[in-house]
Amino acid sequence: MKLSKNFTNPLAANNPVIVQILGICSALAVTVKLEPALVMGLSVTFVTAFSNLVMSLLRNGVPSRIRIIVQLVVIATLVIVVDQFLRAYMYDVSKQLSVYVGLIITNCIVMGRVEAFALANKPWDSFVDGVANGLGYAFILVLVAFFRELFGSGTLFGIDVIARFGYENNSLMLFPPMALIIIGCIIWVHRSINKDLQEK
Amino acid sequence: MGLRKFVDKIKPTFSEGGKLGFLHSTFEGFETFLFVPNTTTQRGAHIRDCNDIKRVMIVVVLALVPALLFGMYNIGYQKGIQEILPAFWFGFLKMLPMIIVSYVTGLAIEFAFAQKRKHEINEGFLVSGLLIPMVMPISVPLWIVALSTAFAVIIGKEVFGGTGMNVFNPALLARAFAFFAYTPKMSGETVWYATDANTDAITGATALEQLATNGEMQWSVMEAFIGRIPGSVGETSTAAILIGAAILLFTGVASWRIMLSVFVGGLAFGYLFDAVGMTEFPAYMHLLVGGFAFGAVFMATDPVTSAQTNCGKWIYGFMVGALAVIIRVINPAYPEGMMLSILFMNALAPLIDYFVVERNIARRKKLIKNVK
Repeated sequence: MKLSKNFTNPLAANNPVIVQILGICSALAVTVKLEPALVMGLSVTFVTAFSNLVMSLLRNGVPSRIRIIVQLVVIATLVIVVDQFLRAYMYDVSKQLSVYVGLIITNCIVMGRVEAFALANKPWDSFVDGVANGLGYAFILVLVAFFRELFGSGTLFGIDVIARFGYENNSLMLFPPMALIIIGCIIWVHRSINKDLQEK
Repeated sequence: MGLRKFVDKIKPTFSEGGKLGFLHSTFEGFETFLFVPNTTTQRGAHIRDCNDIKRVMIVVVLALVPALLFGMYNIGYQKGIQEILPAFWFGFLKMLPMIIVSYVTGLAIEFAFAQKRKHEINEGFLVSGLLIPMVMPISVPLWIVALSTAFAVIIGKEVFGGTGMNVFNPALLARAFAFFAYTPKMSGETVWYATDANTDAITGATALEQLATNGEMQWSVMEAFIGRIPGSVGETSTAAILIGAAILLFTGVASWRIMLSVFVGGLAFGYLFDAVGMTEFPAYMHLLVGGFAFGAVFMATDPVTSAQTNCGKWIYGFMVGALAVIIRVINPAYPEGMMLSILFMNALAPLIDYFVVERNIARRKKLIKNVK
C-alpha cells in the first residue's frame, strides 16, 4: 500500500516538474523533438533511481557534514555512465542532447530526492521513489515534446504525421518560450483537476 | 426609446434564474454597449467620472480610424491603383475579412471566459481587435490572424485575469506570435502587397529595410510622412497617426508624457547613431518609417501595460523609443524594433514603477528626519 503510493504520487499529484517546478531548464532545452526528450527522461530516471539506491545503502555510514560531497560523487559517476552509454549506443541522440546529459548532475530532482528521501528511507523504498520521480519528469518531457514536435515540425519521432496534409509548421514551437508556455498550460489543466493544489 | 423598452422586456430571461440565465454576461455586455449603465460604483472608486472603459475604448477606436482609412487606400495604391476611390475600395475589401476574423475570434474567447468566470464582459478587446489587423501585413492568411488573436487573448490576457491585468499589450503579442511562428509570412519582400488572382505578385522591400541596407530609400520624405509606402496596414501614414494622436491627447485618453518621451528617446538615439556614423540617414527618418509612430501613439500609451507613475512614464517612454532605434540600427536580423522594444518595456514597466515609488518614499522619509 505504502509502496504503491510511493510510486504513483510523483507521477501525478506530486509531480517534480509541474508541482514542485524542478528541472525546468532541461525541460525547456531538450523537448524540441520526442526522441531526445524520451532518452533524456529515461537517463534521468536511471540516475535518480540508482543514486537513491546507493545513497540509501550508504546512509548510515556517511557523516552528515560531508554527505553533499558523497552525493555528488555518486550522482556524477552515474551521469558519466549514462553519458558514455549514450555515446556508445545512441550517438545521434547524444549529439542532440549535447551538454544536457552532463547537466543532469545539476538537476534539482536528483539531489532533491537523495536529500529528502533516500537519506531517511530503506533501499528498496528509495529505489522505487527514484524511479517514480524520474518517470514523472520523463512523462512531462515527453508530453511537452509531443506538442512541440507535432506542431513545430509536423512529425512524431521523425515520422510525418500532419505535414502531409499541408500543415504549416509553427516555428515558435521550436523556441524555448513556447515550451515554458506549454508547461504552464499543463500546470493549468493539472491544477484545475486537482483543486487542492490551487493557491488561494 | 423602443430599444430601451425591448431590452428591459427581455432582461428577466437573461437574469439569474431566467431561462437563458447562463448567458447573463453576454446580455450585460450588449446592454451596456447600447446604453450607459445606470448603476454606479458603490465603493472603492477614487475618481468619479461619467466616463467608463467603454467610452475610453470608443475614443481610441475613433482615433484609429484615420490610420485605418489611409491604410485601406494604401493597400490599393501599393497594388498600382492610382485613383483614390477604387484604391480605397480594393483595400477595404482586402481588410474587412481580417478585421472580422480578429473580432470574431477574440470576442468569442472573451465571452466564453467571462461566462465561465461569471464576470462582466470587458471592453478591452474593442481596441485590440482593431489593432491586430492593423499591425499585420495585408497578405497574411486569415488563419494566422485567428491563431495569433487566440494566442494573444488566452496566453496574453485571460491567464493573467482578463482585461486590465495583462502584462503585455495583446495586439503586439499577437503580432509577435505571428512574427516568430510564421516568419516568412510576416516579413520579407512580398508580404506587404495584397495577394490578388488578377495581377502578378509585386515585390519590394519596405522603406526601413532599404534604409538599413543602403542608407537611402526610393521614396521622398514627404511620401513617407503621408504614408504611400509599403508596410503593415496601419503603420505607414505618420500624418494619419498624428491626427489620431491629436484626438487621444485632446480627450486625455493617452498619456502625453509617454508619447512625447518615446519620440524624444527615438530622436536622441537616432542622432547619437547618426553622429557616430552608424547610420547614413537623418535621425528623424526613424520616426517616419516603419511602426515607430504607430507604436508610440497607440501601443506604448496603453494604460494597462505602461508605467503608472508620472516619472515612470518618462523613463518608460524614453526607453521604448531608444530601444526601438537601438534594435533597428544594431541588430541586422530585425530591421524593425518597435514591437520588441514595447514588449520588452511592458515587462519592465512594473519594475520602473517600483523604483519610482521606493525613491519617493525614501525622499519623504529623509524630509521627516530633517524636520525632526
